[in-house]
Amino acid sequence: MTLRIRVNPVACEAHGLCAEVLPEWIELDEWGYPILDGEELPSQLVAHARRAAKACPTLAIVLGGE
Amino acid sequence: MTRAAPVTWPRRLLAGIGDSDDLYGGHLETWGPLPAASALPPAAVIDAVEKSGLLGRGGAGFPAGRKMRTVAAAANRRPVVVANGAEGEPASGKDVLLLSRAPHLVLDGVQLAARAVGADEAHVAVHRGSPAAGVVRAALVRRGSSDAVPVQLHEVPSRYVASEETALVHYLNGGEARPTFSPPRPFEQGVGRRPTLVNNVETLAHVAAIARHGDEWFREVGDRDEPGTLLVSISADGLARRVAEVPTGTTIGAVADRARVARDSAGAVLVGGYFGSWLPAAYAWQLPLTHRAMRSAGAALGAGVVAVLPASSCGIAETARVMAYLAAHNAGQCGPCLNGLPAIATALSRLASGGWDERWWPALERWLAVVPGRGACRHPDGAVRFASTALSVFAEDVARHRSGRPCAAAAGPAWLPTPRPAEGWR
Repeated sequence: MTLRIRVNPVACEAHGLCAEVLPEWIELDEWGYPILDGEELPSQLVAHARRAAKACPTLAIVLGGE
Repeated sequence: MTRAAPVTWPRRLLAGIGDSDDLYGGHLETWGPLPAASALPPAAVIDAVEKSGLLGRGGAGFPAGRKMRTVAAAANRRPVVVANGAEGEPASGKDVLLLSRAPHLVLDGVQLAARAVGADEAHVAVHRGSPAAGVVRAALVRRGSSDAVPVQLHEVPSRYVASEETALVHYLNGGEARPTFSPPRPFEQGVGRRPTLVNNVETLAHVAAIARHGDEWFREVGDRDEPGTLLVSISADGLARRVAEVPTGTTIGAVADRARVARDSAGAVLVGGYFGSWLPAAYAWQLPLTHRAMRSAGAALGAGVVAVLPASSCGIAETARVMAYLAAHNAGQCGPCLNGLPAIATALSRLASGGWDERWWPALERWLAVVPGRGACRHPDGAVRFASTALSVFAEDVARHRSGRPCAAAAGPAWLPTPRPAEGWR
């Protein structure tokens, strides 16, 4: 099972929790906004991605395409 | 070097303009009445536009027929048509010219597009204060009840990103003229949450022409795969911005020759506007104006802007000013854009005119790499492309500026226009 992951950049307020929960896939730029390693998430990271999406205070992590 | 005398280029969209002060009368004389729905039903409009090979003229170059067919096929709700004449590019003048001089051709296109997709309402968007606004308003009154679908004119805030299609839709829905996160794209869910066909006004004018003369006629001129004519906005040293109608596939050099631009005095050419690319002049002259050719040159045709930078100007200073403009015109929504563009603009400004520190270089390279692709719209992508091409095309100047010897022209007057953004987003 793969998962598509995107950031809604309008909603994102650089809280940075996503990068803490999913450091394998998300790093932060110097202003604190997430940089994703691509849209197609490998299956072993899906559970972490769901936690990252839940952790985001502005719900800016968008998962889909399962 | 001698050059062949320019061949005759057909005037299509610009045919007959300026012949008469009576815009409607002149339009009817040139084009005749709008073909009735009985003679040209919805499916026939879509077929003709699809077969014509017309690509959208707003910048992206998407096939106009396929877009119509997609919106027409949306069975869930009644579609809406939006004519986009909010010309955001300061170096472009073609949409305002078309709306000011041939509004009825565009409005015919709006009616045909509405017919094609089954829309029962349509909107025309122009910038607030645009000279086109009054002309379009008068043209709508003149047409009166002869239009099958009612059309509303909107004046959107004069800002670069306000004409991005999700921004336009958001504005028409009562919101701010700022881009929204997508999907849904407007063709899926746009004005009033209905499927919405957003077309550039030049695209719609071509639709009106195709409805009269057919798809074969349309393809008689221009590039085989991207046929027809194209409105190009050209500016150069001593040449105020001018709009020319040229066959697609015409080389940039031929367009410059026709506008009597002295090739020898050119330093570089900006193609595609402020989301476009700098090209070395000698390379640009032989490039044909097609999306395909521009893409393979690492450039973009955009909405047909050709700006020939005088060799006496400083490309870095011009780029720095335009980047400051694009930074000021960002929608203030997405972190990478609202932080990244001012950072890039500041670095370029120091590179251009003093205060440069070599430690800025790796930062500049990093910003140019991480900022694109991370906004709700393509604003950061376009701005970064523009800045990146400047660093490669003006590489020799960049090296001199970095070593503390900027061009003498860097402190000179600005050449590319950078108007201030309007206040507010409504």
